[in-house]
Amino acid sequence: MNKLDSTSNQRQKIHAVRVMRDRIFVVAFVLAVVVGIAGLAALLLDVLVDGLPFLDWHFMSSYASRKAEQSGILAPLAGTVWIVGMTALLTIPIGVGTAIYLEEFASKNRFNRLIELNIANLAGVPSVIYGLLGLAVFVQFLFNGSRNVTAGALTMTLLILPIVVIASQEAIKAVPSSYRDAAYAMGANRWQVVKAVVLPQALPGMMSGIILALSRAIGESAPILIISSLVWVTFVPTSPDSKFTVLPLQIFTWISQPQHEFRGIAAAGIIVLLVVLLSMNGVAIWIRSKYQSRPDQ
Amino acid sequence: MATNIEIESGHAIELQERMARRRRRQHIEQAAVTWILRAAALISILTTVGIVIILVAQSSGFFAEVSIWEFLLGTEWAPLFSPQKFGVLSLVSGTLLVALIAGIVSLTLGLGAAIFLSEYAPEKLRRVLKPILEVLAGIPTVVYGYFALTFVTPILQNIFGHDQVIVFNALSAGLVMGLMIMPMVSTLSEDAMVAVPRSLRDAAYALGATRFEVSTKVVIPAALSGIVASFILGVSRAIGETMIVKIAAGATPNLTLNPLESVQAMTAYIVQVSLGETPQGSLEYKTIFAVGLLLFVMTLGMNIVGRWVISRFRQQYE
Repeated sequence: MNKLDSTSNQRQKIHAVRVMRDRIFVVAFVLAVVVGIAGLAALLLDVLVDGLPFLDWHFMSSYASRKAEQSGILAPLAGTVWIVGMTALLTIPIGVGTAIYLEEFASKNRFNRLIELNIANLAGVPSVIYGLLGLAVFVQFLFNGSRNVTAGALTMTLLILPIVVIASQEAIKAVPSSYRDAAYAMGANRWQVVKAVVLPQALPGMMSGIILALSRAIGESAPILIISSLVWVTFVPTSPDSKFTVLPLQIFTWISQPQHEFRGIAAAGIIVLLVVLLSMNGVAIWIRSKYQSRPDQ
Repeated sequence: MATNIEIESGHAIELQERMARRRRRQHIEQAAVTWILRAAALISILTTVGIVIILVAQSSGFFAEVSIWEFLLGTEWAPLFSPQKFGVLSLVSGTLLVALIAGIVSLTLGLGAAIFLSEYAPEKLRRVLKPILEVLAGIPTVVYGYFALTFVTPILQNIFGHDQVIVFNALSAGLVMGLMIMPMVSTLSEDAMVAVPRSLRDAAYALGATRFEVSTKVVIPAALSGIVASFILGVSRAIGETMIVKIAAGATPNLTLNPLESVQAMTAYIVQVSLGETPQGSLEYKTIFAVGLLLFVMTLGMNIVGRWVISRFRQQYE
């Protein structure tokens, strides 16, 4: 009798320990999420507190200056618009074309598998390497040492191309094959099926992927830093051969200044950058949700 | 009557011809489009070829003057001073030190978050938390660099003492980079955990296991390949990251394990030289391509291993 009692006691104890351990670790797992969100909140607060006092119309409409309080963000803002615009013009046809080829035209042979593998590998290449590629091929070889907008846009195109291709492939894969079969049954050829059925159906998914890829191009500084080592740009680019700077590069320049006042200016620049990126992400999410909520058929 | 039939058949022939012409045109159009699309797909191959050729060609000039062993095994890096020293190990150690800190932070936070999201959180909460965490992945790295320098470093200095922590240090950069990579680790791990079938969990619950026991003894072992891969891919990302280490970790090549010291990462060195006035074609200029080649090989190797782990050890549940 006594023996039985002690074993059941022991069992209860073990059970209590197990339940206790369960509860403690729930807290640990919740903590991981909380730390992530708290880190995000701290980052945003840090930037807002430092930058908001400097954010005014003067800041938005002036060029960079040696004096912190007179500095503005007009040149990098215009440079970013140029880079994103040209990158979009180049990336969308090439990226969507590659995706269509791989999903709709290519047979699953060794060469086409190689292309897919290659794209997956390119997506993991550090951005600084793309900068070296752009410096050697575009700046030095193609433009004879001119660090211009076109060289920057070409480099950014290569950098985000894998993302655009992968996102477009996903969008194309999501089109039900019954749609294609219906078009084929009516005698359409491959290109007609793509043009009239696949592309219109996949377009919203592709758009949200492309917008996210372009927002990556906006935030990327390392390749542009290598291509246009220019520090103070005090003009708006007027043509594809103009010199340029972009938002993250200007922010980096301000952070690197020894004078403390430039930190606030850098933070104000970060606020502008984050607002641009968040609104682009918002548009991408809006397109995706509109697309998903649409009743199929 | 006879003329009527003739007219009808004349119409039919004309119609047939028109359809044949249209079919031919469609055929040509399709062939042209196929070639254009194939050319677009080739650009990605050309990019890889271009990267390899540029890196190898430019570094071969470097390796003609500096032996590859001196480069790989030397412990001092001072290409801009004389006597010049080209031991890349002190840059590699800087990169690995920061990446290791980032890897530990992102694995701890990411795995914890993944377990919570996949095993504990109700669907509604999960749908709110996941996008918030993923915002972290979309913030530009230059912003993380600012955060490390102006927020995390002062905190570290207050904890460890200002004389112990240099303004530019590996710990601050590593911690912030870990925060940046966390969503990637958490998403990849969670995908692996969600793929573990319900029945395995139910069996463990039926034996009286607690949630923690189900998570750690059933779900994590079953999803281990995805978790390992997420860690490898995360560290690879950290090795290739540039702006955080450039802004917050410093510019002194330093063979050290002390995270409170200033280090220089490989990426930070490449950027530093491109910002300076190093003449094109000089030995110093070629060093950035040699360092770039090593960086490319390291990240490519880790990415291939990471994807191999995912595909090789993926459990197929019926």
